[in-house]
Amino acid sequence: MNARNIPYCLASAIVVLAAVAAQSAQAQSSTTATSVQPMFSVGPKFQQTTGESIYRSVCQGCHMPQGEGAKGAGAYPPLARNKNLEARGYAVYLVVNGQRGMPPFGEMMSDGQVAEVVNYVRTHFGNNFTDAVTATDVKQVRR
Amino acid sequence: MTHKDTPAFTRRDLLNMIGQAAGGGAMYQAMTSLGFAAESNFSGPPKLAGAKKGSSVLILGAGLAGMVAALELRNAGYKVTILEYNQRAGGRCWSIRGGDTFTELGGEVQHCGFAKGEYFNAGPWRIPYHHHAVLHYCRQFGVALEPFVQVNYNAWVHSSTAYGGKPQRYRHVQADFQGHVAELLGKATRQGSLDSVLTQEDKEKLLEGLRRWGALDAEFRYREGIATSALRGYEIDPGGGLMTPAKPSKPLELSELLQSRLWRAIAAGQAYEFQSTMFQPVGGMDMIAKAFAKQVGNLIRYQARVTRIEQNERGVTVTFADEARGGALQQEKADWCLCTIPLSILSQIDIQVGAEMQAAINAVPYGSSIKVGLQFKRRFWEEDEHIYGGITYTDLPISRISYPSTRYGASGPAVVLGAYVFEGPNSFEFGAMAPEERVRRAVEHGNQIHPQYADEFDNGVSVAWYRVPGNHGCYGKWTDALRDQHYKALCQVDGRIALAGEHVSHIPAWQEGAILSSLDAIRRLHARATA
Repeated sequence: MNARNIPYCLASAIVVLAAVAAQSAQAQSSTTATSVQPMFSVGPKFQQTTGESIYRSVCQGCHMPQGEGAKGAGAYPPLARNKNLEARGYAVYLVVNGQRGMPPFGEMMSDGQVAEVVNYVRTHFGNNFTDAVTATDVKQVRR
Repeated sequence: MTHKDTPAFTRRDLLNMIGQAAGGGAMYQAMTSLGFAAESNFSGPPKLAGAKKGSSVLILGAGLAGMVAALELRNAGYKVTILEYNQRAGGRCWSIRGGDTFTELGGEVQHCGFAKGEYFNAGPWRIPYHHHAVLHYCRQFGVALEPFVQVNYNAWVHSSTAYGGKPQRYRHVQADFQGHVAELLGKATRQGSLDSVLTQEDKEKLLEGLRRWGALDAEFRYREGIATSALRGYEIDPGGGLMTPAKPSKPLELSELLQSRLWRAIAAGQAYEFQSTMFQPVGGMDMIAKAFAKQVGNLIRYQARVTRIEQNERGVTVTFADEARGGALQQEKADWCLCTIPLSILSQIDIQVGAEMQAAINAVPYGSSIKVGLQFKRRFWEEDEHIYGGITYTDLPISRISYPSTRYGASGPAVVLGAYVFEGPNSFEFGAMAPEERVRRAVEHGNQIHPQYADEFDNGVSVAWYRVPGNHGCYGKWTDALRDQHYKALCQVDGRIALAGEHVSHIPAWQEGAILSSLDAIRRLHARATA
């Protein structure tokens, strides 16, 4: 379910549910598709739990909906067909710690959420890196 | 009688407790650690004199940092050129008006449909009275200022999980929190709980102060009555003649008020940075940018995207893509260079500086911020709710609503800041949406506070700073650790190059920081140039 399409009348209920969903998210298997994904998180941490919804709620702000990146006075690198994603730890490191202007997300996402979104990016937008990242991998990257 | 040897509760503890109860203390402490609350060091524009004949400075970026440098360096006798990526001057000092078109990264285009005279400040929107440099240049250029209402006692504070989601008046939360705290502290004082830190005389003065501060009755209670209503407002206001007599209002109950967490909102306006009097330029923040551009606009070359910054012992060479001519590469040379390009972009540009400065350029992440401007058909917040300027705070994703601090009582449409969110998940979530969806969500959420939104909304625009092509982010997001490691290196004059902008200041995200960093950089650049 695309978080964007949640009817507004459900939104406040979803926000409440999301807090519960987020708490249990870490316990869930990384491949479980959570049925309810919040459009907006409550509190200081993201509450989306699936790779796709995290990408839609966070990453596409800069890397754009199709992972195509963007160019202005500087550039946001495309994630689509990006060979740098081949090394499993690379994207994990960037999401957790940031790089240059890119902010670190380590404090705002759980190990499981980072793994989810990295796995999503590494298997979408023309990328086909099937050696999935785990929450344990993310934990090891945290400084 | 006192017990000076009891270490359990000190005078300092007491002062801290009072400060926190009053709201400002914790907030100010937190902000100081972020570098947000430093006072400006401005003591007048720099007195630069004796520039070597024919010497030149190339300035990168025509925001306030770049333009103030251009102004002062040109006046000192330098030949000055500015390269600017955008087609306009001002950088983040930017107001959007009806008829304006804005294309964000990703290609989404917004056409602003605001009425004539209406505007929305996409970037900075308020000026503290102690931002002396900004105020100095406003005075010098004749930029008209008007009060910016930061605290409005009649605006709302709102929590979706308190009071059944019904917004509460700021004055009720403020007066009742203050009154209840005064009562509690009075009780503790009278019961002798503070005897270890207070003399009998201290206690008497404290109780006298608490009674006034909290509108307590003769028994030091905060109770419904004319005295408390004189702070929080009445159920029925006093009138004239034979009108219904004034009726006191009923204070919010202590425990529910504490649990509501609405007291968080009443601290903001007490911080040094937001204390009265704050200002805004009449007609939009970019009146400052326009005033600078009137002075130095002839020095600006627009649509120049810098790709390389080189230097040697003789001078500086900057390569740029001329976006007006299909990106054809060109070069500009000068003796010195002041670079005000945000680090989010500069960290991607090939620049010849030392390893320490390069590390500093690469080290600073950029902050997230989104704003949504909403035009409504009428000023319902004034007409229906008696809110004139100021800010409503909410725990909804929009975070706050700010009403125009200008043209009170005017008929016709007016523009409200319908969402302003920085940091935190919601700013990213808004920023990841298409522009029209940001507007739609701001209207939907704001409607929970102002049901008039549904009928009165006209049109809106939104700016997500990560998607602003000339910025790639809102401001340099320093931490204490990053400052310790990199700040000094970023501030150095490296050969013939110096950096400036809010990111090279202890007042990040404020125009004062941009101007002060620039004035400090050109003072040192000039010293080197004339050595």
